[in-house]
Amino acid sequence: MLPVIYYIGLSAILFTIGALGVLIRRNPIVIFMSVELMLNSANLAFVAFARAFGELNGQIFVFFVMTVAAAEVAVGLALIVAIFRSKHSIDVDQMNTLKG
Amino acid sequence: MALIQTAQSLQLFYLVPWVIFFPVIGLLVNIILGGKPGTKPLLGEKVIGTIASLASGLSFVVSVLLALSLSGHPEGATITLLEWIKIGTLQIDWAFRVDTLSVTMMLVVSGVGTLIHIYAIGYMHADVRHNDDPGRYGRFFVFMNLFIAAMMILVTGSSYLVLFVGWEGVGLCSYLLIGFWYEKGKDGIGNAIAAKKAFVTTRIGDLGFLIAIFLMFWAFGSLQFETIFAKAAEVAAAQPGIILAITLFMLLGVTGKSAQLPLYVWLPDAMAGPTPVSALIHAATMVTAGVYLVARSNALYSLVPEAQNIVALVGGITALFAATIAVAQFDIKKVLAYSTISQLGFMVAAVGMGATVAGMFHLVTHAFFKALLFLSAGSVIQGMEQGLHHVEHDVGLKKKLKNEGVFMSEHHFDPQDMRNMGGLRSRMKVTYAVYLVGALALAGIFPLAGFWSKDEILADSLATHPTVYWLLTIAAFFTAFYMGRQILMVFFGKARTEPAAHAQENPPVMTVPLILLALLAVIGGALNLPSLHTFASWLEHTFPTAHAGEFNIVVALISTGLALSAIFFAWMFYSLRYQELQRLPFAKRPDDPLRSWLGPVFAVLENKYKIDELYKLVILDPYVSLAGFLAQIVDGRFWHDWFHDVVIAGGFKLLTRVLAVRFDLGFIDGIANGLARLSQATAAGMRRLQTGFVRNYALAMFLGVVLILGYLIVRVIAL
Repeated sequence: MLPVIYYIGLSAILFTIGALGVLIRRNPIVIFMSVELMLNSANLAFVAFARAFGELNGQIFVFFVMTVAAAEVAVGLALIVAIFRSKHSIDVDQMNTLKG
Repeated sequence: MALIQTAQSLQLFYLVPWVIFFPVIGLLVNIILGGKPGTKPLLGEKVIGTIASLASGLSFVVSVLLALSLSGHPEGATITLLEWIKIGTLQIDWAFRVDTLSVTMMLVVSGVGTLIHIYAIGYMHADVRHNDDPGRYGRFFVFMNLFIAAMMILVTGSSYLVLFVGWEGVGLCSYLLIGFWYEKGKDGIGNAIAAKKAFVTTRIGDLGFLIAIFLMFWAFGSLQFETIFAKAAEVAAAQPGIILAITLFMLLGVTGKSAQLPLYVWLPDAMAGPTPVSALIHAATMVTAGVYLVARSNALYSLVPEAQNIVALVGGITALFAATIAVAQFDIKKVLAYSTISQLGFMVAAVGMGATVAGMFHLVTHAFFKALLFLSAGSVIQGMEQGLHHVEHDVGLKKKLKNEGVFMSEHHFDPQDMRNMGGLRSRMKVTYAVYLVGALALAGIFPLAGFWSKDEILADSLATHPTVYWLLTIAAFFTAFYMGRQILMVFFGKARTEPAAHAQENPPVMTVPLILLALLAVIGGALNLPSLHTFASWLEHTFPTAHAGEFNIVVALISTGLALSAIFFAWMFYSLRYQELQRLPFAKRPDDPLRSWLGPVFAVLENKYKIDELYKLVILDPYVSLAGFLAQIVDGRFWHDWFHDVVIAGGFKLLTRVLAVRFDLGFIDGIANGLARLSQATAAGMRRLQTGFVRNYALAMFLGVVLILGYLIVRVIAL
């Protein structure tokens, strides 16, 4: 069995890629995907630790995270559609009306 | 006789407060019922006068009872009425000293006072009508009773402070009564000015007396007569200077109140008061307060011969000085006023040189004959006013006079001027008789009262102070001369004016007191006849050192001779020469035979040595210019214009401007505006952060999380 550090390392790499995606990309769809990536990297860490310590708590938490992620994507896509309707664009850099 | 013995055995000393209470009751009744000036009083004039006279008379009765008790128990008593002041060790009661000296004064004040009250019933009846204000009748008697009460406080007090209360009280009454017709006189305020002059001049003396009282408290720790006199010798041995200072400051008070040099100037002007006032206050009683004070303080004066010499000299010089002025006066009351100053000089000289008995004796006899003279003068004046009234209302006579070129008017005619009189002897017989008695008593003709008392002073002064003796003897010569002059000008010869020719005698209410006073002026000398010395042994109980002056036949002969020769001179000038002058036409006729004979000297005397003018030049004018300087320059320009307006008001304005502009607008508003500007600037800086780019926010959150995690990790590793 692979030591847990490999999973944690993979999880950290995935999280970093996700975070960079959120910060760098201008397309909201991609941003959502990156957010999913980050969530799933967390899920991976949960599962890895649960497996390593022989506990079920981590695995149960992963289900909650998946549920929340699904709900979030639903709300997020609805928002994107609404924004597209009003601005005919979904570029996040154009959504700066709250600029001070 | 039995009654007298009963009174002697009973010690009625506790009655002494009533000598004050009776006049006070009298004046209260008259204040309430006597009516205000200008309104009709509730009581008639006779009732008002009777109440006032009764109040004074009852005071006299109490004084007589006290005298009788004193003759049985000559040691006297001190009756305490109430506690007055108590501060620390100082305790001053309102206590009455009943001894032979105070009772003598009480008898004189209330006795002569009562006669003058009775006289005033008649005199003021005419006077208020002559001055067109009958409503003021009651007020006069209120003031008179107030005077009796104040004078009684003065003479009965057992401490210097109580004496001072009376001293000021009589000064107030004097002021009120001199200014009784305050709207009359020269320019309508002459009388008021005379009253003010009397008040202010005596106040200068009172200041001296007050300082003497302070010094006494300082030196003796008490103001009681007995305490001070008991300690006097001891203190004099320790600090002789302090007794000298006390006595000399007291002398200043005496010169004010008793009209001695240099503060005598108020007394002649005080003649502006109604004549009974001149008689009671400015001749018989109040002005003798100074003599009483020196006599009372005999124990102090006898310790410092220097002070005694000064007092005697002041008295002697005043006696001569005033007597010379009296020679050249034309106002019948002014002559008597200067005569009073002169006679007070005799008394002050006597008590000053330690001849207390002689001084007090002269005080008593002088009260009799000077009151008599003033009241008779009042009678003469009123007789003249009636004559004037007669002339004014006799149309035929007036027309006749007008045709002869003699214009008669009240405004031109002075009923007090002796030059307007003459020949009143036949028209006013009673007044003439009593006036003659008074004048002879004053001149010191044997055997009238003035002879005995004056000779006692002269004999005493010859023994101790020869200088003063000569001053007084010459003064006595002038006294006889000016009295002879006055009698001859007023009563003898022919009437020089129509009012004098129509003068009328006054009613008995005025003449009876005159007759009684004349009687006293005749027999008053019997008080202290040589070899009997009744009065001396009476006063010995108060003054252990009092001695009866020995009768000196040489002194008596000299003074009588001088008096008679003075009267002879007066007769030569004012009877023989005056009659010759009357034959000259009016324009060429000199008003006084002495004027042509004495020349400029007479003018100097007539102008009273110009002392009033001198005082005006030396004291009043510099004082007025000093006051003007203080008022206009110091107060007006410096204090008000500069200090108040520039320094205080300007400084305040400057301060408020600094506060308003610099502090309020600059500092306080600066804080408020600065805060606003600060938050504005902060906000302007902060809004840059609000880019509106979601990714920026996300980056910030990310970095924040990294920082927190980094911190936690570092902490874990460090642990």
